[in-house]
Amino acid sequence: MSIPEEKQQQDTVSAPPRLKKVSSVKKWLKLLLQSKTGTFGLFIVIFVFLTAAFAPWIAPHDPTENNLAQMLQPPFWAEGGSMEHILGTDNLGRDMFSRILYGAQVSLLVGITAVLIAGTIGLAAGIIAGYYGGFIDNLIMRFVDAFLAIPSILLTLVILGIVGPGMFTLILVLGITNWVNYARIVRGEVLSLKERDFVTAASLMGVNDRKIMYRHLVPNVFSSFIVIATLSVATTIISEAALSFLGMGIQPPQISWGGMLSSGRDYLADSWWVATFPGLAITITTLGIIFLGDWLRDVLDPKTNMNRKGR
Amino acid sequence: MSSYIRRRLIQLLPVMFIIIFIVYSLVYFAGDPVLLMLPENATQEDIAQMRAALNLDQPFYIQFFTYMSNVIQGDFGDSFSYNQPALDIVLERLPATIELGIASMIVAVGMAVPLGIWSALKRNSLTDVFITGGTVIGQAMPNFWLGIMLILVFSVNLSILPVSGTGTYAHLILPAITLGTGISAQIARLTRSSMLETLNQDYIRTAKSNGINRFSIIYLHAFRNSLIPVVTITAMQTNALIGGALVTEMIFAWPGLGQLLIQAIHARDMAIVQASVFIIAIIVILMNFIADILYKLLDPRIHLK
Repeated sequence: MSIPEEKQQQDTVSAPPRLKKVSSVKKWLKLLLQSKTGTFGLFIVIFVFLTAAFAPWIAPHDPTENNLAQMLQPPFWAEGGSMEHILGTDNLGRDMFSRILYGAQVSLLVGITAVLIAGTIGLAAGIIAGYYGGFIDNLIMRFVDAFLAIPSILLTLVILGIVGPGMFTLILVLGITNWVNYARIVRGEVLSLKERDFVTAASLMGVNDRKIMYRHLVPNVFSSFIVIATLSVATTIISEAALSFLGMGIQPPQISWGGMLSSGRDYLADSWWVATFPGLAITITTLGIIFLGDWLRDVLDPKTNMNRKGR
Repeated sequence: MSSYIRRRLIQLLPVMFIIIFIVYSLVYFAGDPVLLMLPENATQEDIAQMRAALNLDQPFYIQFFTYMSNVIQGDFGDSFSYNQPALDIVLERLPATIELGIASMIVAVGMAVPLGIWSALKRNSLTDVFITGGTVIGQAMPNFWLGIMLILVFSVNLSILPVSGTGTYAHLILPAITLGTGISAQIARLTRSSMLETLNQDYIRTAKSNGINRFSIIYLHAFRNSLIPVVTITAMQTNALIGGALVTEMIFAWPGLGQLLIQAIHARDMAIVQASVFIIAIIVILMNFIADILYKLLDPRIHLK
């Protein structure tokens, strides 16, 4: 009975990092506040989330209600603008501010769900490729190379052109075409994890492959995974906007920032605000996510470098 | 070196096979193109005849292998909206996209490298914060929005540059800035970190302690060595460049591959879609290959295995 006690003592003495773990929320908050950009990013992300969640209560107007008498009203500070429509109205007289609030819902929904799909595929592919090696690894990696050779926005566009646009298909297609980054990075990490003692020990003890992958590999690649996933939400939101802008993404009457931008393009000459504000909304949102993702990378995973330097 | 190149090239064969497979499956699942090709009053016999002529009555794998052997011979089929071989039309549009791509690259590198070096030299200063913040904004901004904003400022309000079209260098300026900015963000970040890494090296410290002046340390020693990863990352931006060109060409009515492709997708002209995707993939693979070789040529410390 004395041995475990001794061991316990040793642990408390020799493991100060574990002590820190007790107050992990505090630690994270401290780390976050140390980084100005990280704090700023989190602030923006929370703000956009709240906007999306409370859009029906905040929005002063129905975002889809046409009002041709009020069309192309400028924002309140410009000449002829009023507080009735603080960011002006679009070509159908719809309130820009309300539409931007609702647009946040679509952007976040598409961005996050598509990343979850892509991340799941990429995580599975990367772990399988790294763990089994050999032919399976080769096969998966050649698929990765092939997907890397076709710009993902191009592939998405082509598939959407074939199966038809719409939110559900958009999410699915963005998920299927963006898995490659996860697979490459996860595979790289698994290759080195595989050589570590705890994995070797587990496999010598006869733990089956699936359990090793779930219990040992997934948790250990998770920090890199979460970094790529966060940054990918930003790129996915931009892709969604680009596809909607090209008419292949979210279809009206559903509101998306990319679609709003696209209709604003035709009124650029005398109604600058219709194209300006949706783009600003996209930029601010992605900026927040990138700041947050960069901070997460610095904290969780100093090894991963966004810049790919060969393989 | 040559054995390394040969091995890499052999590795590319299965990749090409998968790309042809993806390109082909896309269209296979797009459905029967015959109805789009024939006039509306075509009879059942006409349809059956056309299907047989196009091999569409065969099973998937036979169709696929026929397609692949055609592709290897450079035959992507005819475009039904142009009534010409699809590959010819794609290759006709390619120079415009390459022109835009090179101009954007010049813009991107021209902005990114000086800014990256400057912020590395002024590390943690206000300048650094501004430049680094600027690169993140460049990354966060959708390029199609930037393009529209540039049109708004320079074409609509100041009317000093043309809105869209092609022909003169003035037409090239806005699209090149639009496409170059997003890419320059990546390059600037890498230049900065690479420069910082180089400045910490022993040989820089030795040069400093030998009393060599700051200018030659920065330009002869640090700059040249830190450029190696920058060159590679620049070549590897082809993928992003072409992806961005799709949208940029649509905004500025630039008559390149991107515009052709989007029109073909809307018209469901699959021969053109397939040929473009294939040509784009080849270009990206080629550029990444060159990047890889360059990296190894520029940095003698890296051994070829």
